[in-house]
Amino acid sequence: MEFKTFVFYVLAAMLLFSALRVITAKNPVHAVLFLVLAFFSAASLWMLLQAEFLAIVLIMVYVGAVMVLFLFVVMMLDIDVERLRHRFWSYLPLGAMVGLLIAVQMALVLSGKYFSAEALPGHSMPADYSNIKELARLLFTEYVYPFELASVILLVGLIAAVMLTLRGRKDSKYQKPAEQVAVKRNDRVRMVSMASVVDEPSVDSAATAPEKREGQ
Amino acid sequence: MEAQFLQFFQSLLGAQWPLVEPIWPLVWAILQIVSILAPVVAAVAYLPYFERKVIAYMHVRIGPNRVGPAGLLQPIADALKLLFKEVIIPTKASKGLYILGPIMGLAPALVAWAVIPFDTGLVMADIDAGVLYLLAISSLGVYGIIISGWASNSKYAFLGAMRATAQMVSYEISMGMALIVVLMVSNSLNLSAIVAGQGRGMFADMGLGFLSWNWLPLLPMFMVFLISGVAETNRAPFDVVEGESEIVAGHMVEYSGMAFALFFLAEYANMILISAAVSIFFLGGWLSPVGFLPDGIWWLIAKISVILFLFLWFRASFPRYRYDQIMRLGWKVFLPLCFLWIVVIGTWMLTPLSIWK
Repeated sequence: MEFKTFVFYVLAAMLLFSALRVITAKNPVHAVLFLVLAFFSAASLWMLLQAEFLAIVLIMVYVGAVMVLFLFVVMMLDIDVERLRHRFWSYLPLGAMVGLLIAVQMALVLSGKYFSAEALPGHSMPADYSNIKELARLLFTEYVYPFELASVILLVGLIAAVMLTLRGRKDSKYQKPAEQVAVKRNDRVRMVSMASVVDEPSVDSAATAPEKREGQ
Repeated sequence: MEAQFLQFFQSLLGAQWPLVEPIWPLVWAILQIVSILAPVVAAVAYLPYFERKVIAYMHVRIGPNRVGPAGLLQPIADALKLLFKEVIIPTKASKGLYILGPIMGLAPALVAWAVIPFDTGLVMADIDAGVLYLLAISSLGVYGIIISGWASNSKYAFLGAMRATAQMVSYEISMGMALIVVLMVSNSLNLSAIVAGQGRGMFADMGLGFLSWNWLPLLPMFMVFLISGVAETNRAPFDVVEGESEIVAGHMVEYSGMAFALFFLAEYANMILISAAVSIFFLGGWLSPVGFLPDGIWWLIAKISVILFLFLWFRASFPRYRYDQIMRLGWKVFLPLCFLWIVVIGTWMLTPLSIWK
């Protein structure tokens, strides 16, 4: 067996195992971490296909950003696993149907007349071939309008999400850092002119509170 | 360089060479890894000593001076002490993740060195996606903190991990945005090409190379990247993650012995990595600042040392930022500045005045 094939099977086994653990792990945080491992294995598989740009972007976007926020939320939620499993059997038929549908779709794509893996053009590229450059060339020439459109849609989604959750409360007291930073000495400190020499306290007052002085 | 080593090993092993030949790529890779990581780890060990000395002198103290001449053996004493301490695992901790946490923190800081070029051609993996690789790997470092914070099953650790995660995710964005401007003017994602690009220009031809490095035309981005780098490594003044006065030591509060030491190693390894990144992206990497001196790896080391000194200087000078101020700086100051500068540089590049032809 070629070494590459061996690596492929190891990575594929890891991917399958972690994907399985995502749905079987008891603890939601463990499930999310297994999902991270699944993404990582998938990225490694892409790397094996010499699609290094896509692999790195998968790690950067999903592992580095999306899953961190996911983990962030899941860790803070107080999830009662028992209650989640409560109606497992009643949801099973629906879930199984969705799973079956996905399996059928993938089978169609992978084994169909038009899409089968063998029908794809071979990719025997020269050693110095850079798929980043090729991707960039395609994105910014042939597909520049769809690309820009997608970015605008994402921006709209971003702004919409912020606006939906933004709730300006009039009664809440919050700090304004800009004002705090701009503060001058005269706003905070009042200079008072005092005599440098004061009268010595009388003997009586010192004698009445000796314990206090010792405490200091 | 590989050919020379190959010849050397062939002559060294003589008759035994056919035994080694099938695993030569592995041997070569391990040789490269060791020759990069051994100096890095040695630097990581001595950086805390350097830090204590520098801060001590800034405070008009002497700093460590008991172990060895001028305290030079202090890091070894510290390492031995931590090695022989017991690693305590809290009863209610998630055991596997508790052990995985520190490892996940240190590993990305070391793995990222694979794409750092030290000189022309002196790089382990000269890949075209070098910058992306660096960003992707450095974004993994946050897992070490978040996993250890959660697995410790302690409120202080958890709060520290939450703070760290939010801070690192925020500053990663401004770092990436600052890098986009660098990519625009360098026209490449390859780190060697980015350094080579800084060696061309009007000033470089006049023998004043340091004026044509990226730090001058991209000065705001240089500042953004440097400050984001300090925030990304959770160093003072952005060290709310482990703020001693508030949450003891953040995500590492439950750790002891070598597991604790790994967090420290990760922090210092990340500092050196960020310094190397700043040197490569903005300070011309291994390029010589003036024309009459030769380029070479010693320039890169000197630049890394200067940036590291800045890290220590910051720590000795500035009081800790408040958390909302940290978030404000990242999202409301740096990010808009980066967007603005992308437009400014983009416009500049399209005009006849462009200096990046």
